[in-house]
Amino acid sequence: MLFYFARRILAAIGVLLLISLFTYAIFFLLSPDPAVQICGKTCTPERIDQIRSQLGLDLPFWQQYWQFLSGIFTGRTYGEGAAAIQCAAPCLGFSFQTNEPVTDMITTRMPVSITVAVGAAVLWMLAGIGGGLLSAVKQGTGWDRGVMMTALAGISLPNYFVALLLQYVLVVQLRWLPFPQSVQFAEDPLLWFQSYLMPWLVLAFGYAAMYSRIVRTNVIDTLGQNFMRTARAKGLDAPLVLRRHALRPSLTPVVTLFGMDFAGLLGGALITETVFGLNGVGKLTADSIAKNDQPVIMGVTLLAAGLVVIANMLVDVAYTYLDPRVRVKSA
Amino acid sequence: MSTVPSELAVESEAKGALPTGGAPTPARRVIATLMKSPAVVVSVCIIVFIALLAVCAPLLAVITGWGPYDFDKSAIDSDLGGIPIGPLGGISAEHWLGVEPGNGRDILVRVAYGAQVSLTIALSATLVTMTLGVVLGMVAGFFGGLADQIISRVMDFLMAFPTLIFMIALLSALPAGNRPVLLVIVLSIFGWPYTARVIRGQTMTLRNSEFVEAARASGARPMRIAFREVLPNLRGTIIVLATLAVPGYIGTEAGLSFLGVGVMPPTPSWGQMISTAVGWYAVDPMFFLIPGTFLFLTVFSFTVLGDHLRTALDAGDAA
Repeated sequence: MLFYFARRILAAIGVLLLISLFTYAIFFLLSPDPAVQICGKTCTPERIDQIRSQLGLDLPFWQQYWQFLSGIFTGRTYGEGAAAIQCAAPCLGFSFQTNEPVTDMITTRMPVSITVAVGAAVLWMLAGIGGGLLSAVKQGTGWDRGVMMTALAGISLPNYFVALLLQYVLVVQLRWLPFPQSVQFAEDPLLWFQSYLMPWLVLAFGYAAMYSRIVRTNVIDTLGQNFMRTARAKGLDAPLVLRRHALRPSLTPVVTLFGMDFAGLLGGALITETVFGLNGVGKLTADSIAKNDQPVIMGVTLLAAGLVVIANMLVDVAYTYLDPRVRVKSA
Repeated sequence: MSTVPSELAVESEAKGALPTGGAPTPARRVIATLMKSPAVVVSVCIIVFIALLAVCAPLLAVITGWGPYDFDKSAIDSDLGGIPIGPLGGISAEHWLGVEPGNGRDILVRVAYGAQVSLTIALSATLVTMTLGVVLGMVAGFFGGLADQIISRVMDFLMAFPTLIFMIALLSALPAGNRPVLLVIVLSIFGWPYTARVIRGQTMTLRNSEFVEAARASGARPMRIAFREVLPNLRGTIIVLATLAVPGYIGTEAGLSFLGVGVMPPTPSWGQMISTAVGWYAVDPMFFLIPGTFLFLTVFSFTVLGDHLRTALDAGDAA
């Protein structure tokens, strides 16, 4: 067991290293010269050279990548002597646009993305599992068809379209909600809730649709298994059979998906944050891509990849507890 | 968002045994089953309609008299910031689905050209990912060993990527060039593992089936077994995967164009039209409703068709 976890962690580190290398290489090869970008309009060749050597852009690719990588763990110093700039331990460099440290830019925007992700996750897990279960138990009835049609619509509607529609109906036409604003919970709890409600609903709708389809298939599958007949034959009552025996094996695949999706959202809900003007990591990503702000793009890509890889690892661990079959295989 | 997060380890183990062996379901019976479902008939009609719209886009431009890039200043009210004149976003005999605010381009013609762009990109990406996925999945599943090791590791790696962010970053860093071709390439790079993983699993089951054993015993070479014995049995799975891949790519292309890294203006695309409509949604909701509805109907129809195909073909875990 211990050996298995050690191997998983090593594999995860390997994947992260490869992703960082790939991302770095692509921007190294494709981006226009960042020194020219930083230097701006009033630029002299000497100034460009100076910036290049300060940022280490005159070094060969491998040395630049190494500096970037070691900066994340040990911090980094740009330039020498009096002009040196310190960048503390998880150093992802400085934005080309605003000169802010990338690490700070991400950490200040994280709370918004976490709020978006957690709220949406609660909603979609409730709706997705509930809907799927209802659909499976009432298979073939109007309930089943209703839930599945809604789910089908949910996976076919692009979330920016749902976002616009919702905003048009609830804010412009019915005036039930104000325009979403960036407020802290402590400042105005009601406005805070109203501002996050639409992003939560939009995200949850899409995910719940997907999850309810999977839960339905799995529960129906499990209900047909032999051990379910045994459980019923033993005289257990229906709700208990459902809870104890049907739900657990049906939910294991949902755990995998949830890990990936939740981690993905923590890394920024790109489209939803942009449409609703929420200043989270997703919006930061969209903005930095629009401005070709290479260090920021590098930082958010690594963050997103890291979150997904860590989530996958946690899911694997959770699996060994949820599903005995996996435990046997890995031993 | 891109490809449907398919197939899970545990699920495949539970269901992987289902679709083995057996003769492939005769096509006629499958079609007969499908045609009994009204949902499928409606979906097929919508798909045919959208396809016709795409093919006939130039014809439509001639009939209506408006090209996809023609401005019509007389259809918008310049005093009101360019809002279309007339009800529902300027719907009139001249402009059947109204005009874009600001410049008065005909929405119907642009939606038709958008369908062309969208379908071309999605179908090309499906063709490329299916070819790659089937070939690599079969190689990995059939030959195993080192080939399987390498292909599986590459798949793991690509699927661990934060795909959307990476696609956006890559597309924004790439030079303008031929956007549709670039989109197909980027979609394919990240799309094939989802096909290959399912194909690999099924090939592994098929490899140990009796008819493959029989072929091997009668002296058939591995290549012959792979193409004449295994591949025909994967047909159902491939059809289902392809049908479900199309709406995935249509959605992703629209999403990327919405974010401004996909199809570049002035070339029309549904995602890009909706993105432009964001600035107008409060005053001219028809501008986002029309391309959005077309996008929704297309994705919806392909998904319904794929779902029913899967049930009819009983392709098991090809989700």
